[in-house]
Amino acid sequence: MTPMLAQAQEPMTRAELLADDPLWLILLKCVVVLLIGPILTIFLIVWERKAVGRMQNRTGPNRVGPHGYLQSLADAIKLPFKEQVIPDTADRKIYFMAPVIAVVPALIGLAAIPFGPEVSIFGERTVLQLVELPVGVLLVLAGASIGVYGIVLAGWSSGSPYPLLGGLRSTAQVISYEIAMGLAIIGVALYAQSLSTGQIVDAQQSGWFFYLLLPSFVIYLISMVGETNRAPFDLPEAESELVGGFHTEYSSMKFAMFFLAEYVNMVIVSAFATTLFLGGYLFPFVGADSPLNQGWLPVLWFFAKTFLLLFCFIWLRGTLPRFRYDQFMKLGWKVLVPLGLIWVVLISAVRAIRNDGNVSTGQILVIGGIVIAVIVLLSLLLPEKKVPDSDSVPVTGGGHPVPPLDLRVPETTPRRKALKAKARSSRKQPAAVASAKEDSDGDV
Amino acid sequence: MLLSQATGGAALAQEGAGPGLDMYLPLVILFALALGFALFSVLLGPLVGPSRFNKAKLSAYECGIEPSPQPVVGGGRMPVAYYVTAMLFILFDIEMVFLFPYAVSADALGLWGVAAITLFIATFFIADIYVWRRGGLDWN
Repeated sequence: MTPMLAQAQEPMTRAELLADDPLWLILLKCVVVLLIGPILTIFLIVWERKAVGRMQNRTGPNRVGPHGYLQSLADAIKLPFKEQVIPDTADRKIYFMAPVIAVVPALIGLAAIPFGPEVSIFGERTVLQLVELPVGVLLVLAGASIGVYGIVLAGWSSGSPYPLLGGLRSTAQVISYEIAMGLAIIGVALYAQSLSTGQIVDAQQSGWFFYLLLPSFVIYLISMVGETNRAPFDLPEAESELVGGFHTEYSSMKFAMFFLAEYVNMVIVSAFATTLFLGGYLFPFVGADSPLNQGWLPVLWFFAKTFLLLFCFIWLRGTLPRFRYDQFMKLGWKVLVPLGLIWVVLISAVRAIRNDGNVSTGQILVIGGIVIAVIVLLSLLLPEKKVPDSDSVPVTGGGHPVPPLDLRVPETTPRRKALKAKARSSRKQPAAVASAKEDSDGDV
Repeated sequence: MLLSQATGGAALAQEGAGPGLDMYLPLVILFALALGFALFSVLLGPLVGPSRFNKAKLSAYECGIEPSPQPVVGGGRMPVAYYVTAMLFILFDIEMVFLFPYAVSADALGLWGVAAITLFIATFFIADIYVWRRGGLDWN
């Protein structure tokens, strides 16, 4: 008894604890991690439909099961028994592979997420995490990237215009926002001095990263919505433009796989945000030794935080209209990426200054100022962008001049503004004259 | 068996440097399970689902109108903006490949590291500004 107790109190790192796991425990954890995604998906769909329904003054699903909560379970059982329709133009091999490629990385994404601290399962000491890798963060990021292959291959192999456009849009969207997401994560890696998810959570015992790294957190939140193709960034499946997006030609279980991948990805990015910024399984305001942070209880805190973020997804969908594609890409490339880069430089500089006390802040500011000045000067050397003459009517391939099809309002120049103001001031006439003029205009 | 031998060899190779490839074993098991689940689901569909032939089902879905003769838009060509985005993604992804190791060892590198990474990011900014000014980031 006594040696066992001594062994139990001996502190071990997460990696050591996980390395000691027997095979049955690894298998048990694998099955649980695999099932968390689909089970949460089934719950999320019904939750989303009910919440969005409430936001739109209707009840949402309320027929199947108590208060309609079994609706998506019934849908999941129904889907395999539906006929699968494959268009003639499809590239059949890739068409079958695409849903698998989309769903497999999504299902293994939760492997690196720490759900809780050290516990004992059937007398075996372990941590509630499948793998604690030195590159755990990169594993989750890589999973999100590989999922894109499924989407683009699905769009291409369908041999149909709408899925192709949806797949292309989705690819461009996900890869654009992945840059911003990665830059947000670099801030966390800088503060935690580690890329392993367990150590990142441990590093947040003194303070959660979401207020220490607020810009990173905001960039992450925006890019996680873009990354998962959710409203208001759900352009790849914009129903009013592209029918259903990349999965228009998919039916039956193959469609279910895409649906599952989308929702599991939502769960992953939420769980990942919890791990990186919201202290993972830690309870706020208490130390790691507190009973609130011991045993199985932290799993509850972890899922509470994850569900908070998942509710934000639903809330966004119920609140915001869809972005236009150019606005969306502009936000990604012209706002989030430069902001993320500047922020990374800023915090790494501040951190280094704080650690190496022998260099004053003034010197760093001078060096930084010189660098910024050099960049600005170099940008002045770049050639001016050629603005096409908007007044000329372009001649297209048919040989006939066609009026321009873009209905953009030209940008207001100072000269135009002055002209407008002039016209407005000259229009100021006595009310009777003005109304009479308007009447006559109306007659014409 | 083969896997355990291989990982055992790796552990021997980096003796004392912490656990080797053994820690990836759960990931391999999970991958196999996930792949099995996905393949089972995809192959289940045609087995249990009905199959009623209809010529209309074979054509690409275009809201009921006659399918376009070139199902792949523009005969397989795509707007060039997508290529530009993909190239930019590769550039910035490589930047991140360098930023992640820097971030992990930033404290050890100190101010010299900050200067180096600032120079590195500034170089990227120049490329970014160039693309920006040339309209590579504009969509319309």
